[in-house]
Amino acid sequence: MSDPTNSNLIFDKSRSGRRAFAQAPADAAVSAIPESMLRDDKPRLPEASELQTVRHFTRLSQMNFSIDTQFYPLGSCTMKYNPRACNALALLPEFAGRHPLAPSSHGQGFLSCMFELQEMLKDVTGMKGVSLTPMAGAQGEFAGVAMIKAYHEARGDHGRTEIICPDAAHGTNPATATMCGCAVREVPTGPEGDIDFDALKAAVGPQTAGIMLTNPSTLGVFERRIEEVADLVHEAGGLLYYDGANLNAILGKVRPGDMDFDVIHMNLHKTFSTPHGGGGPGSGAVGVNDRLLPFMPIPVVGSKEVGGETVYNWLSEADLPQSIGRLSGFMGNSGVLLRAYVYMRMLGRDGMERVSEYATLNANYLAARLRDAGFELAFPTRRASHEFIVTLRREAKSVNLTAMDIAKALLDKNYHAPTTYFPLLVPECLLIEPTETESKETLDNFVTAMIEIVTAAKQGTEFKDAPYTLPVRRLDDVKAARQLDLAYRPEET
Amino acid sequence: MSDLPGDLLYTKDHEWLRREDDGSVTIGITDHAQGALGDLVYVELPEVAQDVDEGGDMAVVESVKAASDVYAPIGGNITAVNEGLSDDPEKINSDPYGDGWIVRMQPSDGMDEGALMSPDDYQQFIDELDD
Repeated sequence: MSDPTNSNLIFDKSRSGRRAFAQAPADAAVSAIPESMLRDDKPRLPEASELQTVRHFTRLSQMNFSIDTQFYPLGSCTMKYNPRACNALALLPEFAGRHPLAPSSHGQGFLSCMFELQEMLKDVTGMKGVSLTPMAGAQGEFAGVAMIKAYHEARGDHGRTEIICPDAAHGTNPATATMCGCAVREVPTGPEGDIDFDALKAAVGPQTAGIMLTNPSTLGVFERRIEEVADLVHEAGGLLYYDGANLNAILGKVRPGDMDFDVIHMNLHKTFSTPHGGGGPGSGAVGVNDRLLPFMPIPVVGSKEVGGETVYNWLSEADLPQSIGRLSGFMGNSGVLLRAYVYMRMLGRDGMERVSEYATLNANYLAARLRDAGFELAFPTRRASHEFIVTLRREAKSVNLTAMDIAKALLDKNYHAPTTYFPLLVPECLLIEPTETESKETLDNFVTAMIEIVTAAKQGTEFKDAPYTLPVRRLDDVKAARQLDLAYRPEET
Repeated sequence: MSDLPGDLLYTKDHEWLRREDDGSVTIGITDHAQGALGDLVYVELPEVAQDVDEGGDMAVVESVKAASDVYAPIGGNITAVNEGLSDDPEKINSDPYGDGWIVRMQPSDGMDEGALMSPDDYQQFIDELDD
């Protein structure tokens, strides 16, 4: 039975001349585009009725895997649970309607929230200053390394051209160093997931501008010799950059500032309540210690006492003459910043600690249950942080069940797949991050699903074409990467 | 079991080297490496006549799983690159020691064969990795 009305493509529902009232052209000419510049042909758009359109998009939305409907062991890397209240309050018309060029006397409420957000982030990271300006994690990284460079330049220390990155680093770290004009020096990882200290010793020197570290690392373990690493790099004259990707694991427990980091970027969208994973908008707020305070990107929100009242204002070039400058027209994505503010206010100091406690408890519980069920942990001697790695190298060899197969088979069991094939250092790996908000029952059911898949594979079931029950089956990711032309072209009629 | 031609030398970064009659050296990645990377979708090649340092970036191979740098196992001057890989990166998957070669270079200081692995040593090296 081929019934085009059941097609997933709205172009297949299209009938020439069919219109919806909501999409009818306006009677009067409303366009200021000169006639000579108007297109001659109609664009290739589907022509469908209003109800067809509503049904089409409603049906598509029902096919979503989402945090609202399924367990998402991708964790804060992509989407942890973001409370509705954060969004509702950030959308208050007094916030949403504020014009970015309005005088600061008209936006004291907003500015006070931003000032307090800066203060809370300073407190939770142990840094001396925070700038909310970077628009996303990558821009936060860029700002961080740009400040490290500005610091060395300001001291006339021009020979520091190298940034050290562990081989386990997020790919953005070497990319950032390169964007900032530095050479990248890679340092290997030891067998238990810590940085190879001897290799680091050999790598630091008068050419070292700094080191970029994620702690806990992408391998899901805490860098145990962080104090020695900090001393080593500082003695060599370099600075320490903290990639805040895994901040969720340490909130309220240990502070990058106390680990002697000089600069940190925080993915507020990741840790502090903004849906993401689709490319934005984000927030890569940066925190700095005393050394880098003069170089923060502007604007920053300041406060002063005027006639017994606190007044908030924008700090700009005049206040921070050594600043690395502006990264965008205004200060960050205000909606994301407001959600982070509300989230932190709702949690309070105690709640902040509970986030990291439950995030690590859930990860360690899940890791222990999977280990007991026969799964191989990549770092079995280590306590997990908020995430951990399972390697399926044994299953891939013995029963031809790869990490990708189990990830796709999980979709049939109504679980979103964990991160696959990252970090690159571990073969056939799943990086599992349950996050703080999942119940024990959800975690237990996930373990059951994992066991069922491996058991079935051992009994001869193939999962090469999984998922079997979803609207879209196993995608040809090789073809997708080789043939980048994704446009749908309706047949000429 | 990956296939290891006996007339090649190997590195810990899973590259192979073949000395040609004219003194140049052809370099590619091993069958083990292509298997671990999975289906290749893109190869970034160096410029012909470019000098590369030993241990420096020479090329990038990108699969659906990962993008990996290919490091120069010896220093020298690039004399040829396998242009065919631009359109057919999968040649590295199907024929890593033949049509899937990546670059040819003229070594600057000869080739220190002692620093490279024989087929037997490389086989042992990858067996240990799998344990």
